[in-house]
Amino acid sequence: MCIAVPTKLIKVDGNTGWVNIGGCELRVRLDLVDAPGVGEYVLVHAGFAIHKIDEDQAEAALRLLKGKA
Amino acid sequence: MKHMTEFRQPDLSRALMEAIKRSCHKPLRIMEVCGSHTMAIFRHGLKSLLPPQIELISGPGCPVCVTAPQEIEQAISIAAQPGVIMTSFGDMLKVPGTSGSLAELRAQGADVRLVYSPLDALALAQERPQQKVVFYGIGFETTAPTIAATILAAKHAGVDNFSVLSAHKLIPPAMEALLDDAEVRLDGFLCPGHVSVIIGAQAYEFVSSTYHKPAVIAGFEPVDILDSILRLVKQHEAGQARVEIQYQRAVTQEGNIKAQQLMQEVFEVTDAAWRGLGLIPGSGLKIRPKWAKYDARSYWDIAIPPIPEPKGCICGQVLRGVNKPPECKLFGSACTPESPVGPCMVSSEGSCAAYYKYQGNLL
Ligand code: SF4
Repeated sequence: MCIAVPTKLIKVDGNTGWVNIGGCELRVRLDLVDAPGVGEYVLVHAGFAIHKIDEDQAEAALRLLKGKA
Repeated sequence: MKHMTEFRQPDLSRALMEAIKRSCHKPLRIMEVCGSHTMAIFRHGLKSLLPPQIELISGPGCPVCVTAPQEIEQAISIAAQPGVIMTSFGDMLKVPGTSGSLAELRAQGADVRLVYSPLDALALAQERPQQKVVFYGIGFETTAPTIAATILAAKHAGVDNFSVLSAHKLIPPAMEALLDDAEVRLDGFLCPGHVSVIIGAQAYEFVSSTYHKPAVIAGFEPVDILDSILRLVKQHEAGQARVEIQYQRAVTQEGNIKAQQLMQEVFEVTDAAWRGLGLIPGSGLKIRPKWAKYDARSYWDIAIPPIPEPKGCICGQVLRGVNKPPECKLFGSACTPESPVGPCMVSSEGSCAAYYKYQGNLL
């Protein structure tokens, strides 16, 4: 139940953002994260963004993994 | 986001699986605490591909499964009160209490609704000012801040017919209880990714410092899970015990401070009864007296004494990783997802439901 989906913010208006999940535009609250901008990826859980995904970190982790495996 | 699909790459998964096989010599019992990890492990058939020395045990991280039967009865009693609209997340409606489930109560005419977010329940309260809308809040640290933010939003909007029946629980005290349980015998933890987004890696320090076991915070794609298992294997083989973050794109050492502060503002820590694990000190969240107006228990203080497990159901043992679902006599016969006896078969994240759905992957 602690599922959180990474999605891209397509619009931001104050405390509210809009994301596109599976073709549906959904409203998410941004109370729990520090002002994310349009185009950033957030983890969405129960109608709230709970984290801003660190894309550089993800890329770096993948590079490291590919070297290791 | 390009890298999302890369965490599913079959080549990378295969290479990690080979690395696990090469590195693993000693037997290793790993508990995946989170129900979403259980689902991902089954969906990708990882159990059957791992070397036989590695045993993956499902833990208590399915909120529906660990909700104590008396709490479900309490929700049912409140839902039956006149003028109440009871709302909750999907699976919770189907869990049988002693007098039926919330879904059955709805069939008898009570107003019980499924919501996707606590905000939907708040919106409903605004639409229906004559009724009392109760959100039956279950879940762990991932969900609790969203409930806290919703209570703040209710105050901000001046809504006073909205309340929360809080059955929120905290993961680290449950892990501690499992480590203290001589029957469980674990060598390491695959820590829940999205709980850790909120509480951070620091919350698991006790696992390494006090219990000298490794803990790795894992993401949910196959590459994430295999990389995390490899990290656990390496630590175990080398006799090390550290907390590692594998899910680095989402988890930090300190977690989401904003969410932690909101949680602190609205909730205080309390003892909580877990199905299967019993009463665990400091493992639950109750609404602070300051926010009593939004606490369903301050309107309806319906105390229900502890209720035993349904006859024959060994969910309690399954949640502690002591028994596997097929060891239950009712599994697949009297108890199926269509007609579940215990919550571990109701919830799509429950171990019994996962074993039932993916039995083929185990053979
Ligand atoms: S199979 Fe059904 S009855 Fe048996 S432990 Fe699982 S939920 Fe309980």
